[in-house]
Amino acid sequence: MEAHAARRSKAGTRRWRRALEDRRVLAPLLIAPAVIYIVLVVGVPFGWAIYLSLTDAIGGSLRGEWVGLDNFTSLWGDSNFRRALRNTLIITLASQALVVVGAAILSHYLLRDFRGKWLLRLLIILPWAAPVALGTIGWLWIFDSLFSVINWTLGHAFGIVDTTDPPQWLGRPNLALLAIIVVHAWRVLPFAVIIFLAGLASIPSEVDDAAKIDGATGVKKLFYVTLPLQLPIALVALLFGIVFTAADFAVVYILTAGGPFNSTQVLTTWSFAIGINSGDLGQGAAISLYLFPLLAVVSIAMLFFAKRAQVS
Amino acid sequence: MRAGRRNLGTYLVVGPFAILLAFPFYWMLVTMFKEDLDLYNTGNVPYVYNPVQWKFWESATTKHVEFLFTDTSYPDWLLNTAIVGAAVVLITLVVSLPAGYALARLSGSWGQTAGIGIFLVYLIPPTLLFLPLSPLVARLGLQDSLLSLILVYPSITIPFSTWLLMGFFKTIPQELEDAALVDGCSRLKALTRIVFPISLPGILTVVIFAFSLCVNEFIYAFTFISSTEHRTISAGVPNELIRGDVFFWQSLMAATLIPSILLALLYNAFLDRFIKGFTGGAFR
Repeated sequence: MEAHAARRSKAGTRRWRRALEDRRVLAPLLIAPAVIYIVLVVGVPFGWAIYLSLTDAIGGSLRGEWVGLDNFTSLWGDSNFRRALRNTLIITLASQALVVVGAAILSHYLLRDFRGKWLLRLLIILPWAAPVALGTIGWLWIFDSLFSVINWTLGHAFGIVDTTDPPQWLGRPNLALLAIIVVHAWRVLPFAVIIFLAGLASIPSEVDDAAKIDGATGVKKLFYVTLPLQLPIALVALLFGIVFTAADFAVVYILTAGGPFNSTQVLTTWSFAIGINSGDLGQGAAISLYLFPLLAVVSIAMLFFAKRAQVS
Repeated sequence: MRAGRRNLGTYLVVGPFAILLAFPFYWMLVTMFKEDLDLYNTGNVPYVYNPVQWKFWESATTKHVEFLFTDTSYPDWLLNTAIVGAAVVLITLVVSLPAGYALARLSGSWGQTAGIGIFLVYLIPPTLLFLPLSPLVARLGLQDSLLSLILVYPSITIPFSTWLLMGFFKTIPQELEDAALVDGCSRLKALTRIVFPISLPGILTVVIFAFSLCVNEFIYAFTFISSTEHRTISAGVPNELIRGDVFFWQSLMAATLIPSILLALLYNAFLDRFIKGFTGGAFR
């Protein structure tokens, strides 16, 4: 009897072992932990954020009375929200336009080998390697109201600005918006350069040779050969840049905290101000979820280009 | 001759970009050793050290850097960041290594789709999730504990690491594994004995990037942790070292420059591998 049971359990482990050799069993088994982790820590809170946005939940609680889409619709009457939405779009588009142009130029030159490349590359990736909150503090000092190095250079060295009344970079709505755009572009540019370089490196050398034989050189080669091949991965860099910028909280929070007079609020800082500081969790969740349509469009576009890049 | 001229053009383009991008860090470096009298005098040229009262040997000082390490919680924050980073890297590897391998080798077309799906999770940012997560963390009794960050950060690092590892595993020749399988190795043994050791450079790259993602994160670190001594550097420096309108600029600049330079050196060392891993994923 006992021997029988032992034999059976031995057969059991053998069957189990054989199952582990089967791709159809092993693959889901190995992927499962990652999927479970992400469902628990991203999927559940995301669902909860949607639920909260449909309730009147207040600070510290996880439940509230159902209010339907009220949180979403009532936001349109709030000029601060409309401005936050507008600022998010302006900051994202303007900074990413700068990033794409800069990255296209830089990656083109960084592909070559030259003396001192190691050092120059290190300097170029610094803004991306530095933690965003810390890099932004550096900018806070550069834009300082009294001791801004920009104002010193423009005022004392070049005499362009009035030294007794220098521009308040973070104290005027439009200048503050410009400052935020600059910091975001500064931060994402190295990342875009890295991805552009990856894209350029993945173009097989046969393509180069073929282009040479066909007589495509210089500008012609750039437009008919390099750019079309680089386009998918360049778009991936752009789409990532959009997500990094639109979803960022630290840059605006540290530079201006949304000020002066809420003129530089973006969706993330405004949702923090309403959801945490004012304790209106439902409304705050609704504000942050206005980011989602933007991100969803980006994700779908990304899937599309990733698939296309795979085919080619 | 021609090559020389081409290089000159490269320097003329890359040089100004490098200066612009690195300027804030040069500025941190200059600021952190300045005397107060020098720093807060707009008559002085700010780019260099100006002697205070003609005593040129006293024109720079390390006292503000020392202040940072002796009179603030900065050393605690560095330690907390290292603890959180190490724990998150460990969790990330345990979860991402098998997933990355399975997506690269064992699964067919659905694996490709799943791989991209996992990657897309990276696009649901913490700023969408912090509002439900912070009461949730409090409900679980993890408020103001490093454990909250250790448990939540892998949700940021796992998607990215799985994607990178998938790319690295694809570059390892299938024949190596097949040989081991023919020799009677089980698939799991082939994985731990053959595949993982070869992918060590790729794994190291993932370690660096997962760690730096942890150091970078701001909003969770800011909302989950409330006491000064439990902060990480990302949230500690802006929230604890800036008090109202009083700025200790020299100490602040030292606090921001030190981690930035360390991370940049690590990044630069692994950049080429990172580039390979990124394109090795679905873009191949």
